[in-house]
Amino acid sequence: MHSGDNGRSSRGIVLVPYLWLALFFLAPFAIVLKISLSQTALAQPPYLPVFDLSAGWAGVKDFAGQLSLDTYKLVGADTLYLLAYLKSLEIAAISTALLLIIGYPIAFGMARAPRAWQPLLVMAVVLPFWTSFLIRVYAWINILQRDGLLNEVLLKLHVINTPAAWLSSDTAIYIGVVYSYLPFMVLPLYATLEKIDESLLEAAADLGCPRRKTFWLVVLPLSLPGVAAGAMLCFIPIVGEFVIPDLLGGSETLMIGQTLWTEFFSNRDWPVASAIAVTLLGLLLVPILLYERLQQRSLEGGR
Amino acid sequence: MADGDEAAQSRAKREQRPLVRFEAVSKHFGGVPAVDSLTLEIASGEFFALLGPSGCGKTTLLRMLAGFETPNKGRILLDGEDIADVPPHRRPVNMMFQNYALFPHLSVEGNIGFGLRQEKASRAEISERVGEMLALTRLQGFGPRRIDGLSGGQRQRVALARSLIKRPRVLLLDEPLAALDKKLRAETQFELMELQRKLGTTFVIVTHDQEEAMIVADRIAVMNHGRLIQVAEPSKIYEQPNSRWVADFIGEITLIPGRLAADGTLDSALGQLRIGSSVDLKTDATVWLALRPEKINMSAERPTGTVNSVAGTVFETGYRGEMSIYKVRLADRSLMKVSLANVNARRQAAFSVDDLVWLSWPPEAGIVLME
Repeated sequence: MHSGDNGRSSRGIVLVPYLWLALFFLAPFAIVLKISLSQTALAQPPYLPVFDLSAGWAGVKDFAGQLSLDTYKLVGADTLYLLAYLKSLEIAAISTALLLIIGYPIAFGMARAPRAWQPLLVMAVVLPFWTSFLIRVYAWINILQRDGLLNEVLLKLHVINTPAAWLSSDTAIYIGVVYSYLPFMVLPLYATLEKIDESLLEAAADLGCPRRKTFWLVVLPLSLPGVAAGAMLCFIPIVGEFVIPDLLGGSETLMIGQTLWTEFFSNRDWPVASAIAVTLLGLLLVPILLYERLQQRSLEGGR
Repeated sequence: MADGDEAAQSRAKREQRPLVRFEAVSKHFGGVPAVDSLTLEIASGEFFALLGPSGCGKTTLLRMLAGFETPNKGRILLDGEDIADVPPHRRPVNMMFQNYALFPHLSVEGNIGFGLRQEKASRAEISERVGEMLALTRLQGFGPRRIDGLSGGQRQRVALARSLIKRPRVLLLDEPLAALDKKLRAETQFELMELQRKLGTTFVIVTHDQEEAMIVADRIAVMNHGRLIQVAEPSKIYEQPNSRWVADFIGEITLIPGRLAADGTLDSALGQLRIGSSVDLKTDATVWLALRPEKINMSAERPTGTVNSVAGTVFETGYRGEMSIYKVRLADRSLMKVSLANVNARRQAAFSVDDLVWLSWPPEAGIVLME
């Protein structure tokens, strides 16, 4: 009897995350999906059909009949959206590469630092979170503007002679994105690098492998799970990034997050905004599934 | 007789120029000495054991030979040449790590062949020699396996194969069998010895297990506090330890303090004891008579014709299977350890607690220790 109780309660615990997902992900997603299949209308809410429970079964049938993929066709046909998607993927890909190039040496240095320093270094990486993300991005406006800190320093150092226009450019987006997402790249990398046993490096040296080569033959392969985790953690949210390109980017660069915002708030075209969101989710599922498969494989190998 | 052969062989090996020579080597970590002005020679082809309690500096000594630690003072010579400036990856020595340090991202073959790939050996040569190593360590068919799918014993053999494939001048083994269970460890000890004889490679093993050191090694260096206490063949270490510390560290022993009397006997709390004639010591010196438990005879009746005999009562018995250990309380309240082989399968232990017994031993059974 006791074990039965236990079984039931443990099953209950397993249900909790699913319940959470259903309530806060699946239900809102169903609503968004439904809106994406509707038509724009000058009404409140601004789309048709509206679900009418009072009409009973016939109402449901009627409702289902009015749903269509028209909005998706529209999104697919207009190159504006396609370009926004491509731009987002491009910015996310380049940013992730930059984050890796900058984050890996930082994480490596942290993992090789004396044990006693390491908690402090982790703390330093997480420290920016103490300040609101939005405020930090606003601070970058200050730094990057024509008479901002960056130009001032560069002029003083005689790197440039006339103030450069940093703000409202792709460069500003990259600076903002790399700055904001660096902890998300460094922390998973550090976690895997820190776990690499020192004796593996000694073994490599013992077998005739010089230090530099040991990095490529031992350290890098063993840190790949961290690279994958860091890349996922950065790439996915960067694709949908809205605040950074909106505040730091120029008007000619439109990422998909901004397009979505415009459709929703300026054009009040909820179905198109929803269709963009659903398509984005579909796109991002590809890397997530790839990552899952990678993890699955390394778990199976572990057995 | 076999013992004599072995000793002669090991002496012959040493008469050649030493392969490894530590010359007044000192190493300290943050002021704490790990190895203290130590001089030691290891001959080519020897199976040499560094034995001592944890923290005695034996692993530091091994790691200095591998190149992972640099001595603060002194020189390390390999084949007569100072290897101070040779980085680990250029030293012709290989190490088998205590935790094996196998590369988890490489297969068994990948691990074993790692050293050869660093030498830029041809594919054909690598695969041939990896095959040899797999056969040598009885790992045929395991080549493509992943490391995390192997048992402890298999991992141990992969680590051994990996450290042997480059045919090192010296193979360093850092507690190589510590992670194995007792039975497997015993088997592997004999495999290691066989392998060493077959290859003729110099093996230097670090261990805290005295039994293991005695089984595998030609010579043992007993260390404590970063210094060598005694360096000798296993039988000599056991039968003729040079100090109470070594006697106590290796195996079981009873130490009887006393003074040398003018007539060459030992004046102890147990009375006048006759000792072996080989000692030439000053009269009145304080010494200790060291007696191994298996060299003492135990009987219910007072033995006749034996020179040294004392009476006592059995205080504690321990059954070990092949023999039983008895602790016997003597007249001066001290305890003497005696072991008796359990030769009769039918009979229970010959003596039990509180039995009155007589312990006796011939004069040459014990050795006299001065320190």
